Amino acid sequence: MLLAGGQGSRLGVLTAKVAKPAVAFGGKYRIIDFPLSNCINSGIDTVGVLTQYQPLKLNTHIGIGIPWDLDRNIGGVTVLPPYEKSRNSEWYTGTANAIYQNLDYMEMYNPEYVLILSGDHIYKMDYEVMLDYHKANNADVTIAAMPVPMEEAHRFGILVTDDKNQIREFEEKPENPSSNLASMGIYIFNWKVLKEALVTLAEVPGCDFGKHVIPYCHNAGKPIFAYEYNGYWKDVGTLTSYWEANMELIDIIPVFNLYEEYWKIFTKSDILPPQYISAESTIERSIIGEGTSIYGSVHNSVIGSGVTIGKGAVIRNSIIMQGVVIGEGTVIDKAIIADQSQVGAGVKIGVGEFAASKLDPKVYNADLVVVGEKSYIPDGVSIGKNTAISGVTEKDDYPNGALAGGEYVIKAGGIL
Amino acid sequence: MRAIGIILAGGNNKKMGELSQKRAISALPVAGSYRGIDFPLSNMTNSQVKKVAVITQYNSLSLNEHLISSKWWNFGRKQGGLSVFTPSITPSNTNWYRGTADSMYQNIKFLRDSHEPYVVIANGDAVYKMDYSEVLEYHIAKKADITMVCKKMPQDENLCRFGLVKLDEDSRVVDIDEKPMVATSDIANMGVYVLRRRLLIDLLEQCAEEERFDFVRDILIRYKNMKKIYSFPLETYWGGISSIESYYKTNMDFLNPAVRDYFFHQYPDVYSKVDDNPPAKYNPGSHVRNSLISSGCIINGTIENSVLFKQAYIGNNCVIKNSIILNDVYIGDNTVIENCIVESHDTIKANMTYTGTPDKIKVVVEKNIRYEI
Repeated sequence: MLLAGGQGSRLGVLTAKVAKPAVAFGGKYRIIDFPLSNCINSGIDTVGVLTQYQPLKLNTHIGIGIPWDLDRNIGGVTVLPPYEKSRNSEWYTGTANAIYQNLDYMEMYNPEYVLILSGDHIYKMDYEVMLDYHKANNADVTIAAMPVPMEEAHRFGILVTDDKNQIREFEEKPENPSSNLASMGIYIFNWKVLKEALVTLAEVPGCDFGKHVIPYCHNAGKPIFAYEYNGYWKDVGTLTSYWEANMELIDIIPVFNLYEEYWKIFTKSDILPPQYISAESTIERSIIGEGTSIYGSVHNSVIGSGVTIGKGAVIRNSIIMQGVVIGEGTVIDKAIIADQSQVGAGVKIGVGEFAASKLDPKVYNADLVVVGEKSYIPDGVSIGKNTAISGVTEKDDYPNGALAGGEYVIKAGGIL
Repeated sequence: MRAIGIILAGGNNKKMGELSQKRAISALPVAGSYRGIDFPLSNMTNSQVKKVAVITQYNSLSLNEHLISSKWWNFGRKQGGLSVFTPSITPSNTNWYRGTADSMYQNIKFLRDSHEPYVVIANGDAVYKMDYSEVLEYHIAKKADITMVCKKMPQDENLCRFGLVKLDEDSRVVDIDEKPMVATSDIANMGVYVLRRRLLIDLLEQCAEEERFDFVRDILIRYKNMKKIYSFPLETYWGGISSIESYYKTNMDFLNPAVRDYFFHQYPDVYSKVDDNPPAKYNPGSHVRNSLISSGCIINGTIENSVLFKQAYIGNNCVIKNSIILNDVYIGDNTVIENCIVESHDTIKANMTYTGTPDKIKVVVEKNIRYEI
C-alpha cells in the first residue's frame, strides 16, 4: 500500500498543482517511480496507490502500470482515491485512516503480509529482504529504520530497541530522543494484526501509523522489530533537500547510482528520440533526458526530457523539468523550473542578493528561484534569488522589468 | 482502416558486411533510439492498420527480441495485433522462405483468415513516415489492381540499387527494371504495395504453382501489362539502411534539423520498444558538438558530428568524429575514432585509433574484455 496522497507543502509552487509523489526527479523520473520500482524489483506485484491531493498527474503517470510491469491479470497496480460511502464519507484524514478506508481492497487479496510505503522518498530497497527478516523474527510488525545524526533525531519517529532489534519504546518526534534510530515510514504488518488495529482505531480522528497504530500495537504487547537500513535514503520534502538530491546525481560516481544494471528504476517515458546537442553548445557535469534539444550551455544541472534550451542561454546549478522551453540568451542560476513552463528570451534568473521570502519563509529559505508548472516568464525580465513564480506572468508583473529577491508572483487562471 | 499489413523483414543483404552478422537488416539500430522496423511498424499503427504480420527469416532472433511485446506500437490488442512469422515445417512444406512471394504464400492462412478487403505490404528496412491510408484511397480512386509507392530519386543517388519504374502520364507503371546495370529511370520502387487481399491470394497461389517465389520479379514484372499497376509518389523523406553507405547517411541525416524535426517533433510519432535507461550523463571534460546522444550514455570526452546510441560509455580525452556508435559500446580513455561505425556491445581499449574516410566508412568490431577483474 503506497501512500501518495500528500501535498508536500514545503515544496512550495512545485506542488501547487501536483501531488509530491508526481514531482519530477533526476531528469526523467517522478518521485513515485522509486517506491514503485522497488516494489516490482522486490517481487511485489499487487500494489494499491492511495491518492488524494491533485491526483491527475499521478493517475496518468501510473495508468495501468505498464512501465513497471504492474499490468497484471491478478493484482497489478490499483489507484485508490477516497470515495463516498453510505455513511461516514470522509477524505483520508491520516495515513492509517487512508489504509483503513481501503480494507476491502486488501481483503480482496487476503494477503499474509501488508507493506506500507510512502511515495515521497528516493531510495532503492529490497522489501523482500525486509520481509524475510520479518518472518525470521516472527514479528507482527517490522519498521524500517535508519540511524540519523542525533541532533536531527527530534524530527523523526524514534525507535528504541534491544540487542535483538525488538522495539522497546517508540517516541514520535521526541524533544530529547533516547536513540538515533529513525523510522523511515516503511512498515510490514501481519495482515490480521493490521486489520485488527485499524478496526479498533477506526474512530480515532486523523488516525496515523506513527502516532496511533504503532503505539497501539506496542501497548498490546505485539512483537515489533526494527529493520536497520544503511543505504541511500533521501527525504526530498524541502526545496533545499530536493535540489541537493538532484545535484548529487551529477557527481562522477553518484552515491545514488542510476546507471547500475541491477535494480533499475522504471518510469513512464513518452519521449523516445535521442537528445540533440548543437555545434554552439557546451555541456558539463549534467544529466539530460531524452528528446531534449540544447543550443546553449548547461553546467551542473539536471535537465528533463523534451526540453529546449535556446541559443546563447546559460543554465547553471539548476533543475529543468520535462518539456520546458528556455528562450535565447536567457541566463539561469540556481533555479527549479517545473514541467511545461516557458521562459522567454534574454531573461536573467537568480540575480542579486538573497532576501527573506515575503511569501512563506518556512518554505522558501534558500537562494533558489522556483517556477511552478506551466508558468510563463516574459522576455527580458530579471528575477532575484529566493523567489517563487507560478502561472502565466506578464511584463507588468515585474516592476521595472525585475522581481526583487524574496518576492513572488503567483497567478491563477492563465493558460499557456 | 480496411486493410491488414504485412512487413517483409526476412532478407539478408551482403552489402551490410559485419553489421548483418548478428541481426536482420530491419533490426538495425537507427537514429539513436530506434530500429529499422520501427518506421514501417509505426506507419502501420498510425495508419490505423490493426492487424500486422512481420515476416522474418534471416537472423530472426534480433527482430524477435525487439518485437517481444507488441504494446509499444499499440498492437497489444484482443482484436488484430502483431504476429511474427518465421519459417516453420509443416507436413506439406519443409522449405525456408525462398523469396518474398513464397514467404507470404507460406503464411497464406493469415491472408485467408482475415476479412479486411485490402493488404498493405511494406518492407522492413527503410526510414520514412507515411500514411498508408492515403495510398489506399489513391488505389481505390485509380481503380488500380496494384499500387506501389515510388520516389523520384535525386541525381546523385546510385539508382542501380533500386527497382526502377517507368510511368505513363497517368502514373501507371509501364515498365519495371529490378536493379538494372544501367539506370533507365530515376523513379525508384520503395517496396510498399497496396492491393486487394483476394487478388494477392490468387497471385501468390498462381506463383506457387509455377514454382516462382519473388514478388517483384515474378508478380509485378510479369503482370505489369495484364494488371493495372499504379505508382503513388512519395514526396517526403526516405532513407535506406541496406548498405553501409546508405545506413551511415541515413543516421547522419538526423543531424539535419529539418529531418530531426520531421521525425521527432511532428505528428505522428515513431514508436519503439521502451528501454529504461537513465538520462545521459556529461562528466567534466565532455565536449559535445552537433551530435545526437541517447539515453544511458556517459560521456567524458569529445564528440563531434556523431550519433551515439544507447548506453555508450566514452572515456576521458576520447575524440569521436563523424561516427556512429551503436548500443552499449565502451570506449577506453584517449581513443580516437573518425568516420567509423562501431558495432554494438563493442569494447574498445584505451589509446586506440580507428579512422575511416568519408568515402569509405570503417566498421569497427572489437570484442575485448570490458572489465578486468
